[in-house]
Parts: sequence; C-alpha cells; structure tokens
Amino acid sequence: MSAISIRNLDVVFGDSVEASLTLLDQGKTRQEIIDLTGSVVGVHNANIEVAEGEICVLMGLSGSGKSSLLRAVNGLNPVSRGELLVQDGDQMVDIGSCDETTLRHMRTRRISMVFQSFALMPWLTVLDNVAFGLEMQGIGKQERRAKAMEKLEMVGLHEWSDKYAHELSGGMQQRVGLARAFAMDSDILLMDEPFSALDPLIRSQLQDELIELQQRLNKTILFVSHDLDEALKIGTNIAIMESAEIIQHGKPEDIVLNPVNTYVENFVAHTNPLNVLKGRSLMTETAQLARDDDMLILNPNDNTRISLDASGQVMSASRQDKPLALYHWQEGENIDSLTEGSLVIASPDISMRAAIEIRYNTGLPLLLSENKSLVGVLSDKDFYHALLGKHFTSDAEVTSG
Amino acid sequence: MNWITEHKIPLGSWMEAFVDWLTFNAAGFFDAISISLEWVILSVVDIFQWFPPYVPMIMAAAVAWALHRSIPLVIFVVVALLLILNLGYWQEMLETFVLVLTATTISIIVGIPIGILAAHKPRLYTYLRPILDMMQTIPTFVYLIPTLVLFGLGVVPGLISTIIFAIAAPIRLTYLGISKVPDELIEAGKAFGATPSKLLFKVELPAAMPSIMAGITQCIMLSLSMVVISALVGADGLGKPVIRALNTVNISQGFEAGLAIVLVAIILDRIFKNPGSKEEG
Repeated sequence: MSAISIRNLDVVFGDSVEASLTLLDQGKTRQEIIDLTGSVVGVHNANIEVAEGEICVLMGLSGSGKSSLLRAVNGLNPVSRGELLVQDGDQMVDIGSCDETTLRHMRTRRISMVFQSFALMPWLTVLDNVAFGLEMQGIGKQERRAKAMEKLEMVGLHEWSDKYAHELSGGMQQRVGLARAFAMDSDILLMDEPFSALDPLIRSQLQDELIELQQRLNKTILFVSHDLDEALKIGTNIAIMESAEIIQHGKPEDIVLNPVNTYVENFVAHTNPLNVLKGRSLMTETAQLARDDDMLILNPNDNTRISLDASGQVMSASRQDKPLALYHWQEGENIDSLTEGSLVIASPDISMRAAIEIRYNTGLPLLLSENKSLVGVLSDKDFYHALLGKHFTSDAEVTSG
Repeated sequence: MNWITEHKIPLGSWMEAFVDWLTFNAAGFFDAISISLEWVILSVVDIFQWFPPYVPMIMAAAVAWALHRSIPLVIFVVVALLLILNLGYWQEMLETFVLVLTATTISIIVGIPIGILAAHKPRLYTYLRPILDMMQTIPTFVYLIPTLVLFGLGVVPGLISTIIFAIAAPIRLTYLGISKVPDELIEAGKAFGATPSKLLFKVELPAAMPSIMAGITQCIMLSLSMVVISALVGADGLGKPVIRALNTVNISQGFEAGLAIVLVAIILDRIFKNPGSKEEG
C-alpha cells in the first residue's frame, strides 16, 4: 500500500475554482486561465504514488507547482479536484474531503512538515519549539519537554535547548525544524525546500544527516527542491514538475539518462553526474569494441588488448605486448591501494565516482563484468561524455545500456 | 448659492435629537454605568489613599525594577513621586493614576478582542477604520458634551471620553500585530494540527505581542493626555488644579500642576514602554 497516493489531483487558488477547472479541461493554459478568471492553477492532473519508506523529491523551477502539491498533502492547500489519499493505519484518508477533526488528526499524528524559512516561533526557546507539535497533540509540559530533548539530542543540539531561535545559525535552526517534525513521531514528513536557505556546505552536511537519519527512522518523505543535485542525492524517486504538471517521474538515473524534454535536459546538463550514473549506462558495450582475431582492443595507441574465453570471461590482458595484472574490484573496497598498471574488473553497477577514481589510480580503462562475462568497458571517452552532459543527447552508443 | 445656505441640513439637530432620545429612553442604563464606574474609581482611589504615601512609591519602584532591572529608573521614579508629594499633589496624582489605569484597562479589555476580530475579518476592518479615524480626530471637547449629558458631571464622562479617544490605539495595533504575523508561522501552527483557538493563543497572540504591548503603552499615554480635558467636566485629578490655575491666571499653580502631569507621564512612559524581550518561562 502506498503511503501517499495522488490521483488526477488539481489545485486551483482563487474564487472561481469551478470555472477554472472547466477551462482547464478545455485545454486552456495557466496564463489564459489567470487572464479569464483571476484564479491560479497550482497543480494540474498530478498522479503520483509514494511508497512507504521512500524519499520522493518534487523538482522544478519556482512557480512549477511543486510546493503547491506538497502543501495539498497536509491540507494547507485546497484539493480542488481528484483524490489525495494518505495512509492512516489500515485505511486511506482522503485529505480533500475529510472533516476538520480527521484533518487535525492527520496533521498531529500522521504528517509533519519542515519549512524552507524554518518557521520557528521566535518567542519560544529551542526546546519549546521542538515541543510545539507535541503541545498541539495535547501532551503535558514535563513529558513533551523530555521527548523534545530526546529529539534535540538526535540532531546534536541538546546544549542549545535554552537558547532562542535567532541565536542559532541557519543550519542549526533547520535542525531544530527537523527535530520538531521528528518529535511528532509521524510516519510521513513533508519537506518544503528545507535546505534551500542554507549555504552550500551546511546544505550538503544536512543532506547527509537527513540520509543518515532516514536510514534509522525509515519515514516516508515528500521533499521539494529546485536543485537537481540535491534531488539526485537524496531521492529514491524524482518527480519533475513544469507549469503545474508532473512531466517526468522516475528513478534518479532514469531522469539523468532519459530526460523527456529540453526543460529536464537543462536541469540535467547542470548537474554533477558523478553520484548518479552507474557504469552500465556509461560503458561502451563489448560488441562495439574493435576486434583483432580473438582479442579485444581497448586502446590502439598503446596497444592495450584483452582476450576472452568462449563464455566472455576475461582471461588475460596486455599493453604493448607486456601482460597486465587483472584485479577484481568489489563495491566498498579501498580504491587508493590500486596501483598503476593493474586492469580492474568491476560490476556494471559501479558508481561513476568510483569508476573515475579507479581510472585515476590505475591509468587504465575499467572492464565491467557481470556473471563472469564482460559486458562493457569504461574508457576516458565515456567519462568525458558523461561529464559534458552528452550522455542523454544523440549519442545512442553510450546511452543504450 | 443662496438656495444652499437657505436650506441648511439639520445635522446638528439630528444628533441632538438622538442624544435626547438616548437620555429619555436609556437614562437608567447610563445612570447605572455612571454610578458603578464612579464607585469603582473612587474606591480604588480610597484604597490607595488609605496607605501612607511610601507604600505606592515602593510599589512603583518595584514594578520599575521588575520590568527593567534599571537602578537609574528606580531612583527617578522615587524622586519624581517624592517631588509630587512635596508639591502637594499626591491625592490628585493618585486620582489621575486610577483614571488612566481604569481607562486603559477598559480599552484593553474591549479593544484587543475587537482588534483580533478585525484582523481575522478584513471586511470588518474596512468598516471599522473610518470609525476609529473619527474617534481620534473629532476634537475631544465635542464628545464631552453628549457624554456630559448622558452620564452627568463627574469622573465618568471624563473616563468615557478618555476611552473613546484612547481605545483606537489598542484596536489598531492589535489588528496590525495579528495581521502581520508571518504566514509561515500560521502555516507551521496549522501543519502541526493547531485548533483555531490554539492557533490564536499559541501562535498569533505571542507573535503579535510586541505590537499589542506598543498599543497598550500608547493607550496609557493617550489616556493621560485627556486628564486636563476630563477635568473640564468634573473629573478629579491633576487636571483640576490646571483648570483652576487657568481660570485665576495663577502662574505658580499652573506650573506646579503641569510639572506633576509631566512627571506622571514620564514615569508611566518609562515603566511601560518596551518592557524588554524578557525571557518567558
């Protein structure tokens, strides 16, 4: 069962919702609807399933409707049409049509939220800010403070509990915001560009912390971001939005490799593919390598060649007729100990970052082998291709994996 | 143009008829208000007067210390009160103080809820704003006349006029404070499941508190500025010697009474202005 299930969802802001929906069905654009009715279409026909324990990142430029969609999930934005189901125990609650009491129950017990601008109460201490949600749950002062202290320790701020929000740095304030959301013990977390207001180093640090916390807590997280690097780093799945619609939804690598249009391509072109792409999608396949009798030529310039047996297993390798040592590298092994001149055989699931590090140490291409059979080779050209953002444009030879 | 001057719209007569109608039909109501308010004010003054002067002095010094932790301020308060005692205006000072206190209390009790309501219903505020403007701009002498007619001579018409004049400050600043609460704080409150009343008491009011406090301070100062005017309709206090001095062209009495008013104003202003961002427990 999905934790969040969104079907044909429309969110319209303004007084003439009905009229706008009719116009929307007639295929009018957002701008035309603003001109005609004055109402703004925030989300149009969104369909998305978020599985339990998944981090789903909503990505897009500002005004693309990603925050509007996120805010509909806990009822801060109205559901104009369609279904927005959130799991509550064994049943699914439709946020759009449930009554006030149910909505409040969902907000206090099931869904909590982290804000871009932190939204900490300036008149409360850090501890009482973390306890704020618990106060809304109706928990007594002693108990909620004890619980809040626990969560503050989790984010490493217990020594700051008596301070006020403005006495903390931005990164610390957002940690308080995280602790406040975690204190609710709700399974679903909505994060509205939580790290966008922070400087890059702190942002990356908090992303790491979130990933680490998520491994322990296993929440369902809906995360809004305008930064594809961030989305690629933390997302299990990414949904890309453009003018109120979800235009692509998939795994991070799918997005990078197969952008549906130039809007997504533009995002992808500006990302760092090192952490996203896998060897399989970068490699030159075995069938495309140059052959000389039963040998495969990796580099004609220095005459690097390998020989395979009948099943495709790498038997031996040589450079300028001198034999090269073969080394089977497993995920997680130390890369720094690899020396110049050893030819590494790795799994096609190797990350691009690890592959480049290996290439840097050995000075040789990488062989990618699966089930003891060579599937492809990663050489410099493949890396440059990916770094230049060409892995999704025209070059079928690289993306075909 | 003659036609216009010859056919005068009887606005004044209408108002007079309305006040007459009120006096005739609701005299009991206004008398009840008048008598009970007067009783409250006079008894509070009596209580203060029953104490020897050093008791209120110590109380004022203690409040100043509690709110500001400033020794110079405490010294100033004590010296100023001693000077007033020395000039012989102790009782008048107490009467003025109680009048200001009562007017402010009533203004706060009535004004803050109106301000909150106006912030939540912007429509209401569009109607309220011209009324507030009018209450503050109509010369105070003008509504002394009907209040005098309705409530009779004494401290109550002065009090009512003071409230009409001063209540706009807490209403406006409460409205301003509540409507300026950052959206994200409201959203945070809602997102964590606050009920409407919790949202008001746990988010909106604390967030608007600096503005509301400014409204209360303003209300106190506006009330004090009405002291002399209320004396015209018979309210006790420091205004009385000023009026008397004016009528007899008594420079020394006028100066002393005026100085006492200034001292009370400074004391109230310093004590109640920005009681600091004190830590809340």
